[in-house]
Amino acid sequence: MLKYVTRRLLMLIGIVFVISIGSFYLIHLLPGNPATVIAGVGATPEYTAKLYKLLGLNRPIYEQYFIWMGNVLHGNLGTSFISQTSVTSVIGAALPIDVEIIVLSQIIAFATAIPMAMRSSRRPDGPLDRVLGASSFTLLSIPPFVVIVMLVLLISIKLGVPHTGPSSYVSLGTDWVANLESLALPAFTLAIGSFVVYYRVLRSDLIATLQEEFITLARSKGISQRRIMWRHAFRPSSVALLGTAGVNIGGLLASGFIVQYLLAIPGLGYTLITAIFNSDYLLVQGIVFVVSVGVVLINFTFDFIINIVDPRISRE
Amino acid sequence: MSDLQDEAPLVEKSEKREPMGVLFWVCVGWIVLNVFGAIFANVLPLQNPLYQNYALVNAGPSLHHLLGTDDLGRDIFTRIVYGSRVSISVGVGAMIIGFGIGAPLGMLAAYRRGRFDAILTTVMYVLLAFPAIIATIAVLSFWTPRSLYKIIVVIGIASIPLVYRVIRTATMAVATKDYVTAAKVQGATDRRILVKELLPNIAPIGISFLLIGVATVIILEGALAFLGLSVNPPTPSWGNMINESRTVLAQNPWLALFPSLAICLFLLGLNFMGDRLRSHYDVTEVKL
Repeated sequence: MLKYVTRRLLMLIGIVFVISIGSFYLIHLLPGNPATVIAGVGATPEYTAKLYKLLGLNRPIYEQYFIWMGNVLHGNLGTSFISQTSVTSVIGAALPIDVEIIVLSQIIAFATAIPMAMRSSRRPDGPLDRVLGASSFTLLSIPPFVVIVMLVLLISIKLGVPHTGPSSYVSLGTDWVANLESLALPAFTLAIGSFVVYYRVLRSDLIATLQEEFITLARSKGISQRRIMWRHAFRPSSVALLGTAGVNIGGLLASGFIVQYLLAIPGLGYTLITAIFNSDYLLVQGIVFVVSVGVVLINFTFDFIINIVDPRISRE
Repeated sequence: MSDLQDEAPLVEKSEKREPMGVLFWVCVGWIVLNVFGAIFANVLPLQNPLYQNYALVNAGPSLHHLLGTDDLGRDIFTRIVYGSRVSISVGVGAMIIGFGIGAPLGMLAAYRRGRFDAILTTVMYVLLAFPAIIATIAVLSFWTPRSLYKIIVVIGIASIPLVYRVIRTATMAVATKDYVTAAKVQGATDRRILVKELLPNIAPIGISFLLIGVATVIILEGALAFLGLSVNPPTPSWGNMINESRTVLAQNPWLALFPSLAICLFLLGLNFMGDRLRSHYDVTEVKL
């Protein structure tokens, strides 16, 4: 176990290192002199020259990286040249919204996918399983940006439910009921995507587990169907589910960007897209770095949970 | 004798002959029709996708405008047909890059094994950990000005690790089969084994993954277009049409509905074909 965790930890450090190089190098993808682009069109040559030095662009590139990395390790991702605020504080204000949307969506997704997969696997190829199979397959072909637009059309425009339309976000501190209303459509959109994946993965694993001998034994002992499902079959079948959930997080963040953009919810996604259109490159760089590292950390955490659920994995 | 039974159970063979089903061919027809429309959009009797008719803004479906007009009075049907060009070329282009680099590497790694495989696989897993969509957004937001070819290159490169993993796993399953050993014993060159023995056997899985991959790339491009990070307006694409509908959702729901329908039906066709092909050729799936 310890050896396994150490190996994964080393890999994690390697991945974060690669991400940091990638994020750092983004600035140099800008056409021409990055300082000119960042300073904007109306900037004086003096300001551009000052910025050039401030960004450390006059030094060799590996030295620039170490300076940047040093600042990052001290929690300093630079200061936005557009809004003159620190990138770290902007991210700190936006991040909780993303976390809330994702947590809500995962609660919905797991609460629906697990019972439905259990129902389906009890009678594979039965009527319920076929209906769920066909509808989950169809949902797989509906991209999140279509789902959210349709939901907005139906729920907030046609039915006129308050706080669900574009630009009607209410923060958690102001009014938690209105906050939940304004995050309902985003959470639901993300939940649909997750539900489909979780349902399909758990269903096929449950079907395989239910054919094992220990299940037959449990049945012959007269243990109730419900107890067999939850106590005997669920745990060995949940490994792939957890793995998928871990990998799914990256996709969730991206779908989160889309719903935030449409509804003007000031999370990381909305901040990122506005920053791109304002050419606020340091903010974009900061968000990309934080989000990527976050995704990798979540993946790592799920790997760890999988190990607790099924300790055989780390012994391989 | 027992080996023979392991290799070719009679039941499986008869199952493999099972027809693809009507729905599969309907999907093939639909995809072919879409691709045909995309290729010949400027030859077909369509209206000008950029022509703005201010006298007829946000009109619903009618005989003259089959699917209505958008907020600038442009014909939605025409724009959907032209818009498919972007989605299809990004989907196909990115997969050509992804398969062109990822598939040979995956086959080689699975065939050669050893240190080459170990290093390459570790590198690919590190790259896979990096969320593709975020990397794509990041690169496209800095690598300006954006154009179709840059989008294809970025998504194509981002898909390499995924293709590598699928092809490597598929090749591993066949690389240890007896006919490969037989070919080796007969003195076949590595190249011959890779092309003549391994390639035909992983092709079905490869093709089904290719179709699903194209669908995934189209979703990614649609998301980028929806965020305004794909081809610049006024060039229509399915994603940016839905993006443009954001501001007039209440007045003109058609503008959101029709492009959404177009992209969903296209994706459904691709996914269904891919899924059907996989279950048709994948022995483990057939057994289930």
